[in-house]
Amino acid sequence: MLLRHTPKEVIAREGLTINPAKTCQPIGAMYAALGIHGCLPHSHGSQGCCSYHRSTLTRHYKEPVMAATSSFTEGASVFGGQANLLQSIETIFAVYEPDIIAVHSTCLSETIGDDLQQITKKAKDDGKIPEGKYVIYASTPSFVGSHVTGYANMVTGIAEQFAQSTGEKKDQINIIAGWMEPSDMREIKKISKELGVKIVLFPDTSDVLDAPQTGKHEFYPKGGTTIEELKSIGDSSSSLALGCISAEPAAIALDKKCKVPFETVDMPIGLSATDRFIMSLSKAAGVQVPDEITAERGRLVDVMTDMEQYFYGRKVALFGDPDQLIPLTEFLLDLNMKPIHIVSGTPGQRFEKRMKEILRRIPEANFRNGLNADMFLLHQWMKNEPVDLLIGNTYGKYIARDENVPFIRFGFPILDRIGHSYFPNIGYSGSLRLVEKILGALMDRQDREALEEKFELVM
Amino acid sequence: MKEEIGILEGRQSQVFEKKSGDEQQFDIACDKTSLSGSVSQRACVFCGSRVVLYPVADAIHIVHGPIGCAAYTWDIRGAVSSGPELHRLSFSTDLQEMDVIYGGEKKLYRSLIELIDQYQPNAAFIYSTCIIGLIGDDIEAVCRKVAQEKGIPVMPVHSEGFKGTKKDGYKAACSALMKLIGTGSTEGISQYSINILGEFNLAGEAWIIREYYEKMGIEVVATMTGDGRIDAIRRSHGASLNVVQCSGSMTSLAKDMEEKYGIPYIRVSYFGFEDMSKSLYDVAALFPDRPEIMERAREIVRDEIRKYYPEMQKFKSSLTGKKAAIYVGGAFKTFSLIKALRTIGMSVVLAGSQTGNKDDYERLREMCDEGTVIVDDSNPVELSKFVLEKEADLLIGGVKERPIAFKLGVGFCDHNHERKIPLAGFVGMYNFAKEVYESVMSPVWQFAPRKGGLA
Repeated sequence: MLLRHTPKEVIAREGLTINPAKTCQPIGAMYAALGIHGCLPHSHGSQGCCSYHRSTLTRHYKEPVMAATSSFTEGASVFGGQANLLQSIETIFAVYEPDIIAVHSTCLSETIGDDLQQITKKAKDDGKIPEGKYVIYASTPSFVGSHVTGYANMVTGIAEQFAQSTGEKKDQINIIAGWMEPSDMREIKKISKELGVKIVLFPDTSDVLDAPQTGKHEFYPKGGTTIEELKSIGDSSSSLALGCISAEPAAIALDKKCKVPFETVDMPIGLSATDRFIMSLSKAAGVQVPDEITAERGRLVDVMTDMEQYFYGRKVALFGDPDQLIPLTEFLLDLNMKPIHIVSGTPGQRFEKRMKEILRRIPEANFRNGLNADMFLLHQWMKNEPVDLLIGNTYGKYIARDENVPFIRFGFPILDRIGHSYFPNIGYSGSLRLVEKILGALMDRQDREALEEKFELVM
Repeated sequence: MKEEIGILEGRQSQVFEKKSGDEQQFDIACDKTSLSGSVSQRACVFCGSRVVLYPVADAIHIVHGPIGCAAYTWDIRGAVSSGPELHRLSFSTDLQEMDVIYGGEKKLYRSLIELIDQYQPNAAFIYSTCIIGLIGDDIEAVCRKVAQEKGIPVMPVHSEGFKGTKKDGYKAACSALMKLIGTGSTEGISQYSINILGEFNLAGEAWIIREYYEKMGIEVVATMTGDGRIDAIRRSHGASLNVVQCSGSMTSLAKDMEEKYGIPYIRVSYFGFEDMSKSLYDVAALFPDRPEIMERAREIVRDEIRKYYPEMQKFKSSLTGKKAAIYVGGAFKTFSLIKALRTIGMSVVLAGSQTGNKDDYERLREMCDEGTVIVDDSNPVELSKFVLEKEADLLIGGVKERPIAFKLGVGFCDHNHERKIPLAGFVGMYNFAKEVYESVMSPVWQFAPRKGGLA
């Protein structure tokens, strides 16, 4: 029954979202804050919000996720949450001893009109923030944007509230990570090192949400961008923002505050986007691309050409977050595949504009983002025009099963597989992994379903 | 982090360690809202309502509010259905800024109409989330209107997250159910009949329990809410007895049904041989005019224990002397777990719950051994501290506790929504013993630094 709930006929819906391809802003703010060393995310709202975000992140990473909550009560929602937040700040510094508290708002605290800037200022004035400790904030009402914009807001808050300009430029480049996995962030650092570029990457959840088994529960794992690094980003020579939706707003804010020029590139998913990333980074730093990286690129191209006959004309449906979908769609086209149904719950015109450009070659492709761009719609599109492959987060498994389509887990959240924390999807080697996964999914199906006489040994 | 603190200031009253001698003052504070700023493991009112009503499979469950509350509760509970699976879809009004300003009633109305037209459900539950309480949507009125137009029950669930704790959410869910109960025909219901309350059919557990009672010759009118159906709930007031498990969530419904329909209720637990047997005997004892019911209960208990007990001895011999820590949602579950763990030779060094009340904790204190720590509304720092100090070999908890156990290098058993195998019934006790055995005795722990692995 579960699988038979989606009718083929697409009817315009006015009110309703069915099976969302997004979630709310606060969880993005929480994820971003976890990428700061010694930072405790704080949810200014009801207890449930914090609990849900921690549970979802825990299911995705299989790691403990620490965050505090203002634990709103009925009183707070009548008289305002200021007292709760002030009390929270005091409690947290006294007991959990973080270096930073990163407060984000929720639909509840926003609707009652709590002003995080004013409350954190009051906390400072009242001496509730110990010397050398910080409280930063981001406004993330759940009725605006999506988890992706919530992430962007917190990253912007981090940039705005930590950056200082001393007037002396530093020989370093900021890389502002869009919403990517700890494995991807690790890969960015690796690539930069190979290029010989000194970078400050923020946020950085590697060594936080992919922490090793140590026999201890580390409340503040060793990873995360440090306060020193964050203070220095205002002196960096330039910024490179990876993703126009989740990373660019922080780059703009930093440029405004500290005059750090920036460039926005796509998240380096796939060949072309990685080329642009490497090019931009090497250009900004004035370095040559080392042979090592060129060879890595060559291996990716080699596999793409070796296996090209298996990609040709294969139709793909994908859903998820805009900063991933844009370069991923481009990569699928580079492979000669046909991405024909694309959905993202995250609103914003940038997505539409970029998708239009990228999908010029496939005029029949459907793509939609924002309201009602949900997985129900994607499923309906797939019923009308079937595909050979589905790419998206764990919730895609219902559709994949119903339509008997090979399925690759990609994006957030992934609740039923591991790997995303440890193996990157970005850069040349990450793209090679994607190619391997795509081929594996297509060929496993071919092997499973081929008639005996057509069952092939060599592929 | 101050190692020596461990317990939040202001939380001392919610932590208790049983010492020798009975004169020790016991006055654990519970039923408290969590301290602002704590890393609490608790959830909210909405969460309470959502988990209780979620398994009703032939109703639509629409979350009225911004997208998050619907997204995070989309099919996260393995409450299985033998038929329709509408409950596993995620429906939301996905409120936007303009809706917050101008109100969401129209959007809710349209969503309901669209959904009911599309799915023809037998009822609809409308959950209000935090901001609905603030923007003042009259969801009662919308529900009445839609119910009238579409001819199905449309129940508002007042579950604004901030209006109390998870327990208040249970109550809101129970009042929604109460509105359904009594609206169906009770014709043909046997006088030897019960409702199973507080059993959510995780991994098919309600089916196991139902089968036992049916074997005894008892008719099960409705299970609430595992594998739940609207029609069964509507006629559940025709049952002679309510059998309530997971007392935290459903006792209020049982009380309401007792008051309104004169149906008595008993509290049971299906976990562990001891409690499972008792829950069959207790029901049979209430139908004394049909002694064969008790006879069959005895037969079931005998056969089942004969089947599983010998098998469990190999687990017991390895597990004897091992220590467990328990931190679960309801206190009632803790009682059963302590007994079940004793059956397999394990002692309990930490026992706690998110939502226990004073009586629960008093009973817990009576049951526990000396040295056992009892906590209400705990947090990761405390849990880690006690697991390490008391040298637990196993932690029993839910999704947020699991990775803590694994980071510390101790075994884990999910006794919450993410259980993958039935833990209820006699077979469930066997499964539990096996799962605990496999986890505690796993060779992986030897690689954990605490157990002598490389640091």
